[in-house]
Amino acid sequence: MTASSSRSMISRGGFGLASGTTAAVLAGVIFGFLWMAVIGVTLALVTGLPARPPLLAGMLAGLGGAAALLVLSGRARRWGAMAAALIVLVAASFGAPFGLAPAEGAVWQGIALLLFAGLTGQSLWMCLGDAVPGRLRRYDFERLIIRIAKGAGYIVFSVFVALPFYVMVMTSLKSQAALLANPLDFSIDITRADIFSSYTELFTRFNFGTYLLNSGIVSLSTVFLTLLISVPGAYAVARLRFRGREAFARSILLIYMVPAIVLVLPLYTVFSQLELRNTLVGLLIVYPATTIPVALYMLQGYFRGLPAEMEEAGLMDGLSRLGVIARITMPLSLPALASVSLYVFMIAWNEFLFAFMFLDDPGIFTLPRGVASLNSSELPRELMMAGAVIATVPIMVIFVWLERFMVQGLSAGAVKG
Amino acid sequence: MTKSAHKGPPKGAGPLARREARLAWAFLAPTFAIVALMVLLPLIANFWISAKPVELADLRPPEPTINERVRGDAVAAGEEVEVVYTARNSSPNLPLRDVVFSDTIPEGFTATVADERCAVEATEFTCEIGDMEPRDRVRLEAVFVPDSAVDDPESLLEGSEPRITGSGENPLTNFTFTAANFVKVFDADEFWTVLWTSISYTIFGTGGALVLGLFAAMLLNQPFKGRAFLRGLFLFPYVAPVIAVAYTWVTLLDPNSGAMNAILQQIGASDGPINFLGQTSMGSVSILGYTIEMPMALTTVVVFEAWRYFPLSFLFILARMQSINTDMYEAAEIDGATPFQQFWYLSLPQLAAILATLFLMRFIWTFNKFDDIFLLTGGAAGTRTLTVNVYEQAIGLSNIGAGAAVAVVVFLVLLAFSLVFFRFSPKEG
Repeated sequence: MTASSSRSMISRGGFGLASGTTAAVLAGVIFGFLWMAVIGVTLALVTGLPARPPLLAGMLAGLGGAAALLVLSGRARRWGAMAAALIVLVAASFGAPFGLAPAEGAVWQGIALLLFAGLTGQSLWMCLGDAVPGRLRRYDFERLIIRIAKGAGYIVFSVFVALPFYVMVMTSLKSQAALLANPLDFSIDITRADIFSSYTELFTRFNFGTYLLNSGIVSLSTVFLTLLISVPGAYAVARLRFRGREAFARSILLIYMVPAIVLVLPLYTVFSQLELRNTLVGLLIVYPATTIPVALYMLQGYFRGLPAEMEEAGLMDGLSRLGVIARITMPLSLPALASVSLYVFMIAWNEFLFAFMFLDDPGIFTLPRGVASLNSSELPRELMMAGAVIATVPIMVIFVWLERFMVQGLSAGAVKG
Repeated sequence: MTKSAHKGPPKGAGPLARREARLAWAFLAPTFAIVALMVLLPLIANFWISAKPVELADLRPPEPTINERVRGDAVAAGEEVEVVYTARNSSPNLPLRDVVFSDTIPEGFTATVADERCAVEATEFTCEIGDMEPRDRVRLEAVFVPDSAVDDPESLLEGSEPRITGSGENPLTNFTFTAANFVKVFDADEFWTVLWTSISYTIFGTGGALVLGLFAAMLLNQPFKGRAFLRGLFLFPYVAPVIAVAYTWVTLLDPNSGAMNAILQQIGASDGPINFLGQTSMGSVSILGYTIEMPMALTTVVVFEAWRYFPLSFLFILARMQSINTDMYEAAEIDGATPFQQFWYLSLPQLAAILATLFLMRFIWTFNKFDDIFLLTGGAAGTRTLTVNVYEQAIGLSNIGAGAAVAVVVFLVLLAFSLVFFRFSPKEG
């Protein structure tokens, strides 16, 4: 596909559905609509102004920009598209580009207006930069359509993915009363002293420090236990010959298909009677059981790829099998161990069902269990959201920091969820 | 292979091979042990429990309790102090056997108990009550006579705690069986509704996540500035704890204080607040004479499912796309294939295997999902799937046996799916 992008478009003259004009109309309507919705709503969220983004005017502005692109030529096209979008938007919305009086938050409105014009013009230019009006070859027309669809895709996907996280963080900094009064107002008054009051409350009155510690202990112990048991197991499956090896390697993942909800009731009843239920030890028995099969499967795949010669040399030199694993196999497979550890850590950190069913005593809550205890009509929403942020931030920091290993771990274990 | 060699390598396992196999089993033993104890055993136990009349309250084995009441104030030497003991079987369902209780006789007292079940010794008396029915109470009166005057016999006598022992049957290990759990599960009108909800949630949730993942992978297939950032962002929904994102969606979609309703009303897309997670239906559509109820809350949880799990399909599909040989596309370009033709005739066939595998795997996992729906709606407004029903029966209605019976149904449906999938999936994975 890259080879063709330098080919210039050829207008075949005349009229037809597959024309540069059609693509321009489509692009104008789509980008005008999307950017108006995104920027208008962002304006309302950030400033708390009661913005009413006029979507129709946005679409017209997009059309204006697209028209400018087709009519103009050379360097003027990009700037022309932006200017046209700006002018058409102001005219079509009768001077209230976001449904607000010009005096209301004039600076914010100005920024939003420039952003709208700039982003709409830029998107149009990137999609239609080499478009020509008139009938096009099917090849060129499809290229235009795909570019438009991709551009719209970037915007829609990013908003769709990011919006809940934005709401999570912002709600945790607001008060319930303010949100009920205006659910759209996520503006933050930085000068307010008690901006983090939900967080201080969680750590002082709700033991979230303890929950954080418990979650850390449980997750790290789960990682340790999982590796302790699955590394020798994976080595055996990868290197040692025994009857049933192939069948075992294939069937280990079947364990993975057993739903947790089927296991939770028997474990609940038995652990109740053994008085293991309301303990962290109980969780530390269950969690490794759910992670060992996948860890073993991932590791044995990696071990198989390692050269056997080095291990054989180690055996010749008098190392035991465990010595070989500890001194040769494990140092060679550090990346795989990192991926598996991160994946297991993530599963244990995020685990909800067993923590919810097993833990009753607030002193030993893990974070997910702690957040669940905040779901009460007597407690304000921002506490719950602050709890969600506290549970999310550590795993996100680890994810962003070690994304490479995390992605490998996810792709290897990603059939589960 | 030919059978001609009569002096081939030794057949059977040599000592070395046997040692290697033993070592392998030793290395695998911990894995086997924990999987057997925590997965296979509970799986069997679930079948066992599903055939037993067990309620949440029965999980504590029945225990006898004893209560002591002393009547009378300060007494002179030789005066009687009456003490009433009440033994109870606290279990509502299960009998107790061999109940025995005893109490210490404080120094300076003589005790008489006018009951043939009791035997008085020097410092202690013991009563053999025997069997007690569920919720049974047994009253016993004893008379204590002090040698010298006592000001406060009550605290003196109650100072020695009476002890009571008795053995109750463990409701989980006895041999009482019932079919009532299954009858209850299948008799309920809602069973087929629940099953249907489960299946539609699974199909649309899996399909949605797969389609979104395919689109996202196409967006990020070509290198551009900011690709690494977007790839990281697209994985966020899956990496974040389910409870955090589910509660965020609940907050976001709240009909009164949620931002989503405010946004929709502000841009003029809806007139009044929509209760995305609390409303069963969003109206009905008429297609070809059939009226179809469009579910509201179920649609919302399906969208959540697609939002949360598209990152997985995205990762897999992107990895597969990156490994497709570009020569093919260059050849297609020269032959004049348009972009859509290239996608349809080149990319899709290359992706078919991974898409099918992902669909099967995710189908099973979506069917198994409990957390998401439980946290979003708790199974209300027409979103109760089989897995949520397990919890609802066992914990919500306190009937562990019925919950286990639903879990058995979950397992059997899953087994059926798996068999069908393995039967029809290509042999080369």
